[in-house]
Parts: sequence; C-alpha cells; structure tokens
Amino acid sequence: MSSHTESHTHHGGPKIYTANLLALLFLTVITVAAASFNFGSANVVIALAIATVKATLVGLFFMHLIWDKPVNAIIAIAGFLFLGIFLMFDFIDVGSRVNLQPRNMPNMENATPAPDTMNPLKTAPPKPLEPAPAAEEHK
Amino acid sequence: MSTTTTDVHSHGEHGDHEHNPYHQHHFATMEQQFDTSKLGMWLFLATEILLFGGLFVGFGLMQHRYPREFIEAHEHLKQLVAGQLFPLYGALNTMVLLVSSWTMVMGVNAAQTDQKKKLVRYLVITILLACVFLVVKYVEYSHKFNDHLLPGMFYGHQSEDLIKGTHGYATFFAFYFMMTGLHGIHVLVGIGLLSWLVMRARRGDFTSSYYTPVDLVGLYWHIVDVIWIYLFPLYYLIS
Repeated sequence: MSSHTESHTHHGGPKIYTANLLALLFLTVITVAAASFNFGSANVVIALAIATVKATLVGLFFMHLIWDKPVNAIIAIAGFLFLGIFLMFDFIDVGSRVNLQPRNMPNMENATPAPDTMNPLKTAPPKPLEPAPAAEEHK
Repeated sequence: MSTTTTDVHSHGEHGDHEHNPYHQHHFATMEQQFDTSKLGMWLFLATEILLFGGLFVGFGLMQHRYPREFIEAHEHLKQLVAGQLFPLYGALNTMVLLVSSWTMVMGVNAAQTDQKKKLVRYLVITILLACVFLVVKYVEYSHKFNDHLLPGMFYGHQSEDLIKGTHGYATFFAFYFMMTGLHGIHVLVGIGLLSWLVMRARRGDFTSSYYTPVDLVGLYWHIVDVIWIYLFPLYYLIS
C-alpha cells in the first residue's frame, strides 16, 4: 500500500513544473514573434504547431499525463483525434465544392443577391443614439 | 487483508493512512478511488475538448467563407483598440493563465506533500490570477461594446473600412464573443471551484492520501489553459 502512495507523491516536483512554465512562456514569446513575420498561409500552421507543442507540454507535465496510467492519455488523445477527424472531413467537404450555392438554383450568374436579412445596417438604425442617417437610408 | 477490513470498519480510530475518512466503501483502496475519479474527470475533459472543438471548426469554416472580412476585422481590432494594445491583451492573458497553471500544479504538489499552508497560498494566487485574466477581458470587451463590434445581428459598427460585407464581420464577432465568452465562463466556474478548494484546504480536508478534488480541479484548470493556448493565436495574432 505504501508503495502506491509513493507513486503519487514522488513524480513531478517544483523543479520540473518551473522548467515547464519557463518553456511555455518562451514558446508564447516565439508565437508572438513569429506572427509579426509574414510567411503567408504558413503563419496559421506555425501558430497552431507551436500551440500544439504548448498544449502537449501542459498535458504531459502540468496534467501529469507522462506519469499517469496510460488510460488517461488515451482518452485525451482520443478527444483530439476525433476533433481532427471532424475538422478534416468538414474541410474536405467545403474544399471539394466548386460553388456553395445549390446546383438547381436558377440563373446563378444573373441572380439578384439574396436579401441580407442578417445585416442590421439595412433594416434597423445601427446606433440608437443617431436615428437620422438610418431614416435617410429607408428613403 | 483482515487488517484492512477491520480498518475500514473502525472509523478513524487508528488514524492510519490505510483508512481514510474519505475512503468510500465500494472502492478496494484509496488509489483505486483516486484513479476512478481521475478517469471520470478525463472523460469530462474529452467532452470539453469536443465542445470547444466544434466552435474551432466553425470558426475555421467561416474564415474559409469570409477570408477577407475575417482578416480585416482582425486588422481593424489591432488599429482600433489603442494602437497595438489588442494583441498585447491576448499575450498578457496567455502569460497570466500559464503562470496560474503553474501555481495550480504547485498547489497540487503541496497537497501531495502535506503542506497545507502552501496549498492554500498557491490556490489563492491562482484565484487572483484568474481575476486578473477576467479584468483584462473586461477591458477588452468594453472597448468592443463601445464601438458596437458585437456578434451577429447586434453588430452595428460604423466606419469606412468595415462597412462593406457586414455579414462577415458580424460572423467574426459572433465567433469571437461565443468562444472567448464560453472560455470566460469556464474561468468563472474555475474561480468558484478554487474558492471551494481554499475553504476545504483551510479546514484541513486534504492530505497526501486524499487530495482528489485538488487534483481534478487542477486538471480542469489546465484544460481551460490549453483552450486559451489555441484561442490566443487564432484571434489575437493571425492576420
């Protein structure tokens, strides 16, 4: 029994946690620095890659996954794995569509644009304090 | 085996660490009880990952739909909110949350090593850092409320560069407020849980043989941190 108790208390430790915190803060600085350069579309990939490294560090050391029973890590990885499947299939779907409009919609090119019902600027005064310009729009 | 059985039935008379008042009788050992609780917590955390994951996927899809508007809304935020302050808010809050994760794990470590005063101190610091996070959030939100940069149908910002394609901007701010707002609610819940831990820790509930709530709230707090680690570059940096 006492060996079980030890298995909880003797892993980790302040030194490892502090080193982990410093690594995480350093990676945050790198993320901010990397965002100021223009790598084109790679910026998103770089930012998310660094974020994943940070999340892994938090998971492994702060959340004790590296010392835990593997079942907890399996659940955590499964969460991200299914999120990845979700993300991947959604983007395959959207990316493989030539046009997001329905195929049987008539007069695709000459069609009048759909009513912008979600746009409050055209239907309601945007600022309640200034009703005058909005009233002109209605005329 | 027989000694363990007598221990379980003689409540607290021996003060032996084999029998803990928090030991529930349907678990064979405290370790089994701890592992079971932790497994349940991890299952909950997996649902949290999927909850925020759905919003992240939605954000990605809408950015694909309105690429120009999303980037412009982001650029606009940068200029509007006191110069370059906007990404700094995000960076500051990232640092605050990372340090609070460290104080949290140090608190768990203090609980594991029977250091009651240290545990209370680290928990209180974690709560204070969570409050700092929310104050920065408040300042950030109030800027946007002032400029009518609001989600969906409430969007009413009027300026020359953001007036066209309002639908895209309204969508951007819908995602911005839903994701950071849901995250903020998680921080609030975390403050509540941490306050409960402080109360119990002061009462002396937690020892090296029973600190399950400290550990589980710690896990919750770290997942809130992990979510912010992803939110930060997506909303504050990418342009």
